[in-house]
Amino acid sequence: MTVTEDRPGDLPERTLPEDTAPAKEVGRPRRRKEDARLITGRTTWTDNMVLPGMLHLAILRSPMAHARIRSIDTGAAREAPGVVAVFTGRDLADEQGGLFTVWTVTPDMVRPDHPSIAVDQVKHVGEAVAIIAARSRAAAQDALELVDVDYEPLPVVLDMEQALAEGAPLTHDHLRSNESFHFVFDSGQAGTGANVEETFANAEVVVSRRFVQQRLIPAFMEPRAVVVQPQGDTFTLWSSTQVPHIVRTVLALTTGIPEHKLRVIAPDVGGGFGGKLQVIPEEVLCLLVARRLGKPVKWNETRSESLMSGHHGRDQIQYIDVAADREGNLTGIRARLLNDMGAYLRLVSPGIPIFGAFMFGGAYKVPAYRFDCTGVFTNKTPTDAYRGAGRPEATFAVERIMDELAVELGMDPLELRRRNWIKTDEFPYTTSAGLEFDSGDYDTATDMALELVGYDELRAEQQRRREARDPVQLGIGFSTFTEMCGLAPSRVLGTLNYAGGGWESASIRMLPTGKVEVVTGTSPHGQGHETAWSQLAADRLGVPFEDVEVLHGDTAISARGLDTYGSRSLVVGGAAVVNAAEKVVAKARKVAAHLLEANEDDLEFSNGKFAVRGTPGSELSIQEIAFATFSSHNWPEGMESSIDADATFDPVNFSYPHGTHICAVEVDTETGGVTIRRYGSIDDVGVIVNPTIVEGQIHGGVAQGISQALYEEAVYDEAGNLTTGTFVDYLLPSAADLPAFLTGNTVHAAPGNPVGAKGVGEAGCIASTPAVVNAVLDALRPLGVSDIRMPMTPERVWRAIQEGGDGGDRATAGSNAYGGAQTETTAGVSTPESSLGGDR
Amino acid sequence: MIPAPFDYARPTTVAEVLQAVASGGEDVKILAGGQSLIPVMRLRLAAPETVVDLGGVAELRGVREEEDAIVIGAMTTHSDVLSDPLIAANAPLIAEATATVADRQVRHLGTFGGALAHADPAGDLPAVALALDAEFVLVGPGGRRTVAAGDFFVDYLTTALQEGELLVEVRIPTLAGRWGMHYEKFNRVAQAWSIVAVAAAVRTENGHIAEARIGLTNMGPTPLRAAAVEAALAGVDATDEAIASAAAHAAEGTSPSSDLNAQADYRRHLAQVLTRRAVRAAAGL
Repeated sequence: MTVTEDRPGDLPERTLPEDTAPAKEVGRPRRRKEDARLITGRTTWTDNMVLPGMLHLAILRSPMAHARIRSIDTGAAREAPGVVAVFTGRDLADEQGGLFTVWTVTPDMVRPDHPSIAVDQVKHVGEAVAIIAARSRAAAQDALELVDVDYEPLPVVLDMEQALAEGAPLTHDHLRSNESFHFVFDSGQAGTGANVEETFANAEVVVSRRFVQQRLIPAFMEPRAVVVQPQGDTFTLWSSTQVPHIVRTVLALTTGIPEHKLRVIAPDVGGGFGGKLQVIPEEVLCLLVARRLGKPVKWNETRSESLMSGHHGRDQIQYIDVAADREGNLTGIRARLLNDMGAYLRLVSPGIPIFGAFMFGGAYKVPAYRFDCTGVFTNKTPTDAYRGAGRPEATFAVERIMDELAVELGMDPLELRRRNWIKTDEFPYTTSAGLEFDSGDYDTATDMALELVGYDELRAEQQRRREARDPVQLGIGFSTFTEMCGLAPSRVLGTLNYAGGGWESASIRMLPTGKVEVVTGTSPHGQGHETAWSQLAADRLGVPFEDVEVLHGDTAISARGLDTYGSRSLVVGGAAVVNAAEKVVAKARKVAAHLLEANEDDLEFSNGKFAVRGTPGSELSIQEIAFATFSSHNWPEGMESSIDADATFDPVNFSYPHGTHICAVEVDTETGGVTIRRYGSIDDVGVIVNPTIVEGQIHGGVAQGISQALYEEAVYDEAGNLTTGTFVDYLLPSAADLPAFLTGNTVHAAPGNPVGAKGVGEAGCIASTPAVVNAVLDALRPLGVSDIRMPMTPERVWRAIQEGGDGGDRATAGSNAYGGAQTETTAGVSTPESSLGGDR
Repeated sequence: MIPAPFDYARPTTVAEVLQAVASGGEDVKILAGGQSLIPVMRLRLAAPETVVDLGGVAELRGVREEEDAIVIGAMTTHSDVLSDPLIAANAPLIAEATATVADRQVRHLGTFGGALAHADPAGDLPAVALALDAEFVLVGPGGRRTVAAGDFFVDYLTTALQEGELLVEVRIPTLAGRWGMHYEKFNRVAQAWSIVAVAAAVRTENGHIAEARIGLTNMGPTPLRAAAVEAALAGVDATDEAIASAAAHAAEGTSPSSDLNAQADYRRHLAQVLTRRAVRAAAGL
């Protein structure tokens, strides 16, 4: 397909708030210092690790979605050339423990045992059933084919709604049903908002829809890899993970290896998107095999293995109802979800929909609010975090239903949004879901976005194409979104029964030569922390950017940390860096006062120098003080010989980035092909430390969100095989399929952290999907099309045009969220017979 | 993933290739650019006993002009095809289709002959070769023979190549008259295979279509000629209406498959739309 590249004008100038204007580094579009090694691959990717005597592991995976393992014959594999050992689940049953789920979303949540390698039964295709340890990777791979597993097939359940039906096959036959949990939040019951049932009973207008969030695969660039080196009774584990600190603690608890005997290193990691926010079975298995054999081992997955057995994301059925008056004032929103957990609960699987539980009201004032989610087991790969984790699902539902409500009311979709969103002077604003939104200016962001994309001109062109019955129609879609970022206040995580905290840690070490080491508990896997944290530290310490090194991802170097996910790293981890720097400066001030023989209060600190007020020439740089600390020849009485500092930051509230994304699409009504004509966004992510990194995050996130709307879907056949098992069938777009994105920002500093950042890692991915879908539907509403299931493939778009309505994909079928009859009217304004030209 | 073990030969002449193939055992695969063979070997969907690599056979590379044809060596890479002046002048349809093949990396390794011998009906070049009435020159133990494009593609991934035979070059007959050409491809992302594509070559004379050749990509187990469209176009005025009317026959005689990207009825619909567009463009409308 072709891409039209057009830019209506120059990007708006980025503005920084007054109080950060003097900063030297924060706000500079620095090129990322880590990129040369990442791009060339000449770095410590886990698969680049080679240790003396290292064995290579290959894992045999189940081809059955549900089966009893009658027997496994490993005899021939054991005899194969180069093979050192073969293990089955039975061999490791006594020591493998079970994989953890750290989020108990309801007190009665059902959490089946999850072995790292199947012992008696397999529950999904791709589950590990045998491990080969061999002297080369090729030998291990060859021996896989010699293992003979005798499976007794068991009934398979794949569809969530069928799984909940009476008499459905059970994913876990010792359980009573396929339901894991049922989580409910109701604003009337919680006392945070109006009575939901009364609101809907009395509503002038109710619109109900059923939306499907298809199953997605994170598809990070670097496949997962693990290396383990046993040394005496200690183990070092390298893993391509987002969460080395969590991995260390959980593996210690799982395997019984004492935590202080286990060092975990996340070296350079090539992407994650939530897919590496996991403690994976293969980490456990590598540890167990290395411990058994007393030798270093390596496992590196193939791409097919990754797509099949790494955790998936989304897979949610959403029933959403919105209540409003005839003028378009929202009175209530209720959402009822089914979320496919797959065969087991993984690290935070049940918490993923709960991340979105309080966000189905979006940026809008919604007096009555109810959220209801059932977690369902099926014989598929488990689901867990994927970029946005719960919030894209919520944003999609609310931004889509706002368009449907606008159609029902005959209102402009943007006008409906303006009427309902929180106004700038209303912040901080407590929602009916109980969240306190910190700041924002939705009107300004929207006005800027309209100008950025050339909105009036696009609408005029749309009109012209409609009148001319052009086979290529134009549609424009909005997403005026907000999200909940900066995970997370530990206190709030406690109330949600998440096992861990949400703080982050940083240490700053002032080396004798004045160079600086910043040790962070965050674990970058493409985000550019080394650059951004250097910018933060350089400003706060007054040292050159080049003099700062950022260390991360090794539990022996960065002892404390909670790692990287949920757009938390700058908001929480960056704040810890700033606080540590402030402590260093405070200590250095004492030393400077001592050495300059001045009163601390008479010292001014700027540009890295302490100067005695009113005494020109009497000054010391913080880098000189670092050397004075090293020698300690002349040192303040009673002070320890260090100006290094540790800091931990625990936010008191989430942060709430917001923005307006506008997508214009061309829909070829003859083929069903959709081409993004123009995409513009104005995002408020708070204070911007590095504009280039922020722009890159928005670009990547928008591409990923567009991809959910148009391209990606993990599809299973009726036997439970993943039919999209390679990139031939699991489609990802490339630059050739996407337009040049137009981006810009407003900046409202987040009040809750000393950086003023709100988080940007997920914004583009959360905002873009509904903007694209709304745009396609905007193009096709005159043809009677009211919904198309994602991904909006050309075939689905074409069929929707042929058939009108929702293209036969049940998108509006059935009842509303609480079983009542639907009250909405059909959105179409014409019939397919009156459709646009062409030779159908 | 890692392929199963295999023997490897890297001959430097066609004669040596035939020898290596003959002595390679039961299951011999010929490696051209490797863009189809290596993935299936890595997935262990193919596990040949011997792989004979043509990468060292210089005589199989390059494009030359003969009296009545241009001749493209089987090992000419897609990127070489794209920059070749003879192809640009005589068979721009080939260059246009080749430019849509996969991505830049694939085009630097993949070869013209490899793509044709692989005979994937979703590949772009088989339908183009069919539309241009290409001739396939095969060399084997029994000598040299030439097979017309219509006879070369036998079934899904199956050609007229016999055991021990090698595709050495493809002759594209020189066309007389005023020809316009266009390749109309429809796929979901840039690097993906065609859902359906149409290769059109149209000769116009005084505002009417004198002759049309239409090749269909991915409308059956082999590339196909849209014979009913060709017949309907012969002699008609080159107008939108006449072309649309002829293109409505594009799905006749096809047997497209159904898969994740498209059901057969949608493919049949696409064939009509894309044929109309391809012919319009080729006819210069």
